Amino acid sequence: MSEPSYIDRPNRPLYAYAMFYLAFLYIPILFLPLFSFNDSTYIAFPLKGFTFEWYEQMFSDAPMGAALVNSLKVGAVASVFATLLGVFAAKAVTRYHIPGKRPIVFVIMLPLVVPGILLGVALLILMKQIGVQLSLITVTIGHILICVPFAMATLIPRFEGFDKSMEEASADLGANAISTFWRVTLPMVLPGIIASMLLCFTISFDEFIIAFMLNGSEKTLPIHIFSQLRFPARLPPVLALGSAIIAISFVVVFFSQWLRRYGVDDKPSLGI
Amino acid sequence: MSGNDAYIQISDISKHFGAVKAVDSVNFSIASGEFFSLLGSSGCGKTTLLRLLAGFEAPTKGEVYIDGAPMSQVAPHKRPTNMVFQNYAIFPHLNVEANLAYGLRYDKIEKSEMNKRVEEALEMVQLAGYGKRRSNELSGGQRQRVALARALIKRPKVLLLDEPLGALDKKLREEMQLELRALQEAVGITFIFVTHDQEEALTLSDRIAVMARGQTLQIASPKELYNNPVSVEVAEFIGQMNFVNASVVDVKSGKAVLETAGLGKITASTSKSFVQKGNDIVVAIRPEQLSLRDKPARGQHGVKGTMKTSAYLGDRSHVYVSVEGREQALAVSAQEGTGSVGGLDRGSDVYVTWSDEALILLPH
Ligand SMILES: Nc1ncnc2c1ncn2[C@@H]1O[C@H](COP(=O)(O)OP(=O)(O)OP(=O)(O)O)[C@@H](O)[C@H]1O
Ligand SMILES: [Mg+2]
Repeated sequence: MSEPSYIDRPNRPLYAYAMFYLAFLYIPILFLPLFSFNDSTYIAFPLKGFTFEWYEQMFSDAPMGAALVNSLKVGAVASVFATLLGVFAAKAVTRYHIPGKRPIVFVIMLPLVVPGILLGVALLILMKQIGVQLSLITVTIGHILICVPFAMATLIPRFEGFDKSMEEASADLGANAISTFWRVTLPMVLPGIIASMLLCFTISFDEFIIAFMLNGSEKTLPIHIFSQLRFPARLPPVLALGSAIIAISFVVVFFSQWLRRYGVDDKPSLGI
Repeated sequence: MSGNDAYIQISDISKHFGAVKAVDSVNFSIASGEFFSLLGSSGCGKTTLLRLLAGFEAPTKGEVYIDGAPMSQVAPHKRPTNMVFQNYAIFPHLNVEANLAYGLRYDKIEKSEMNKRVEEALEMVQLAGYGKRRSNELSGGQRQRVALARALIKRPKVLLLDEPLGALDKKLREEMQLELRALQEAVGITFIFVTHDQEEALTLSDRIAVMARGQTLQIASPKELYNNPVSVEVAEFIGQMNFVNASVVDVKSGKAVLETAGLGKITASTSKSFVQKGNDIVVAIRPEQLSLRDKPARGQHGVKGTMKTSAYLGDRSHVYVSVEGREQALAVSAQEGTGSVGGLDRGSDVYVTWSDEALILLPH
């Protein structure tokens, strides 16, 4: 039997802290699934009984379904474009000599710290000025804007993490720049690309402020949910949908974290 | 000189990174089929010079010609060179076979021919059966051979090797040196080999360029470098050497009389132009050109000294003898078991002798 080393010893206060932390994080979220099965329109204790009614209503709620589809569309397009822009920008700042590289990266990362409401207002003014009709497209543009820094933050370490001599080796063996990008660079950063798309999708999917400022007649899911809060009777199906989304998000986040690590600890990457 | 002697011509090439002159006005030619080494300490510009040849760096000044054609406007993927990288740069997302086949796609050869070449290349580097493995499933030596095979399979005219054996242990390194030399002779490709290990360079090369501060100090065959270094700096780099400061007292018909610090007044035959009356020079002597005796030998130059320490080197020993007038002890090579040192103990008086021809005169 070996004694645990100094750093491995059990630490009771830290353990208690971790438990408290988890409770703080997850108990509020657990109310959602809890009430989504509660047989009452009123969201209050005591619980009444068990029902699937809200889940059934969720499927027959046409406006909510439309909002969900809108959000999926916006999220998909925004995550693809933000990641695409992120890939080229990350490649540029990690691979090429660009004068003023630091200020450029700083400016790209800036939307991370600019309050969403300011960005939303600014974008709204811009759209009005250039006379663009507000629609899902303007929402998507706004979401691309806020997602690019996250895509960059995910992708830059990935680009930095692999040796540029890989790309030189490819050129040395006869591949031109485009061929090298497809056959070496892309496969090697692919896990980062997927992680970035998942992250951007999640950000877009629950983004409220910018969508609120920039949406036209069609609503994204967060906006739809917000508009339903005034009608207590319509709330339980929202809870059902929320629970479903949480369940899916868990899977997605888990998958993306797993991908982020994949390849880093020298496992074979996706077999491409 | 036949045209073949200048297959690769490096013409007054420089590469500056800001204020750093990584490569500084380098000039030389390499013959087709030659095993040419770039030797120098860390940071002297070996990798940069190799990268200029491969096309990964653009020269600040000068031009590289390969087979008569200027290379500055030729992109790396179009050059007749292939490189074995210092860190091997094996694509981790591809297996060994796919790594080898990677560059063949651009040579417009058929699939069946491709497979054949991959098989041949694997056999050549003794990795038959390893085709399906990935780089993380290979040992260091195996990776090195994959990198070599991946470059050779392209049948380049020039193979550039950047310290390919640097990461290997001594035994594997020596094995690979032999394999590499045999391979080079078999394929007849021009090799440009970067190393900071003088022994490796001496073992492998037809010619060696000794570099320092981005410049070439001397370009010569291993034998010439060993026996006739042109400067103290080169001599310090190649093998072990005793240096003795001296001033020229007189020069007469190819014989110089020198007043040395520690070896007394000696004579040496020379025709070197810097050996002029009144000049300060350096006399260099290899440890194996010195002998130890217990009494002065007739007809040979010698100096009296005191045994200090000895270093056992396996096949021979280096005995260190301190002599008056010199801070550094003289290193004298002694064959093990010949008895020449056997009877001598630390602290005992000895005579160090040499012959005139053993002295190498170098500019101060
Ligand atoms: N991209 C670069 N930017 C700035 N300086 C550089 C760059 N590449 C090389 N240098 C400098 O140029 C000099 C020569 O570098 P180089 O890599 O050619 O040395 P080397 O002889 O290969 O050394 P080593 O044996 O350590 O590999 C060094 O002083 C190095 O710091
Ligand atoms: Mg180097």
